Amino acid sequence: MLHEGHEVSCLDEDPESHARLEVGLDKAWEDLGGRFTVGAGLETDALVAAGIEQADAFIASTDGDNTNIVISQIAQRRYEVPTVIARILDPLRAEWYQRQGLHTICPTRVAIDMLEEAVRDGSERVH
Amino acid sequence: MYIIVVGAGKVGWNLARELLEKDHEVTMIESDRRRYLTVEQELEHNVSYGDASELWVLERAGIQRADMVIAVTGDDEDNILICQVAKEKYAVDQIIARVNNPRNKPHFDLLGVKPSVSATDLILRLLEHEVPEYGLVHLLDLQEEQLEIIEMLLGKDCGVTGRRVGDLAMPDGSLLISVLRDGKGFVPGPDTVLETGDEVLAVLDPGKEDELKAIFGSGSGSGNGAG
Repeated sequence: MLHEGHEVSCLDEDPESHARLEVGLDKAWEDLGGRFTVGAGLETDALVAAGIEQADAFIASTDGDNTNIVISQIAQRRYEVPTVIARILDPLRAEWYQRQGLHTICPTRVAIDMLEEAVRDGSERVH
Repeated sequence: MYIIVVGAGKVGWNLARELLEKDHEVTMIESDRRRYLTVEQELEHNVSYGDASELWVLERAGIQRADMVIAVTGDDEDNILICQVAKEKYAVDQIIARVNNPRNKPHFDLLGVKPSVSATDLILRLLEHEVPEYGLVHLLDLQEEQLEIIEMLLGKDCGVTGRRVGDLAMPDGSLLISVLRDGKGFVPGPDTVLETGDEVLAVLDPGKEDELKAIFGSGSGSGNGAG
């Protein structure tokens, strides 16, 4: 998204993650206009430091479903970010929170669909 | 009542025990296998193994017919979401959540998880209660109802000792609800005469504290003793 000219700010508990952001980039993350904040997503100070108050879109994609669901609701209700997306691995909860008005992406669901598709394609080729 | 307790730590286990003694039907849910096996030796079928942030685990525990869900895990996100789902998806009447980190308390409120209980807060309240110099102790906020309950210890130099309750110019939106004297409590009437050492409980609209303080002259400081 940085390459498309958007301003992107990452918040992560692990300072090492900054290095991962720069893999495959020819310049430093900051030189390309990126921002990086070390902190926990539940800490409002960290969210504000990462610029949540100015954000047009907020993506919660930590490795914990519960953290993502809580933070994305905070982004929605407290900071009124116009576009909020939460990564939820658990398909049942992804579906329910989607119905509650949270935009959810369920990688498990996506993977299941792709796998099903691949199996169908494979069996068609055999027959 | 049918009560689901999530989290079999020290708090959850002892809570479940007490609730069972009071003849409630209890299911406790614990996600750590080893902890579950330990607790299961005592509580047997009253404890169930699984991650209560998954909906099917809650459904297996019979959340649809639960009267109350109490989330006391060591993880604030879990406690918030379990209670949120219990209330909004399964329409459970009563929820109680434990706050581990007091800084997360606003998140509980924001997501509609009330009441939430924080041990740190309770200890602070207790501290205030045990240290009478504090004067006016905030006991309870009934946020939904827009009411507060406070406690005042009547000192020697306060303006109301020796006076009838009926003669006090109580501000609108406040009411004396009880007096604790010599270890006994009673509901004061207009003819009750207040004494030094009385602990008085009052219920009031938020923001009336200062007016009440002016009348009761509470606090160890003598400067604010009006009335």
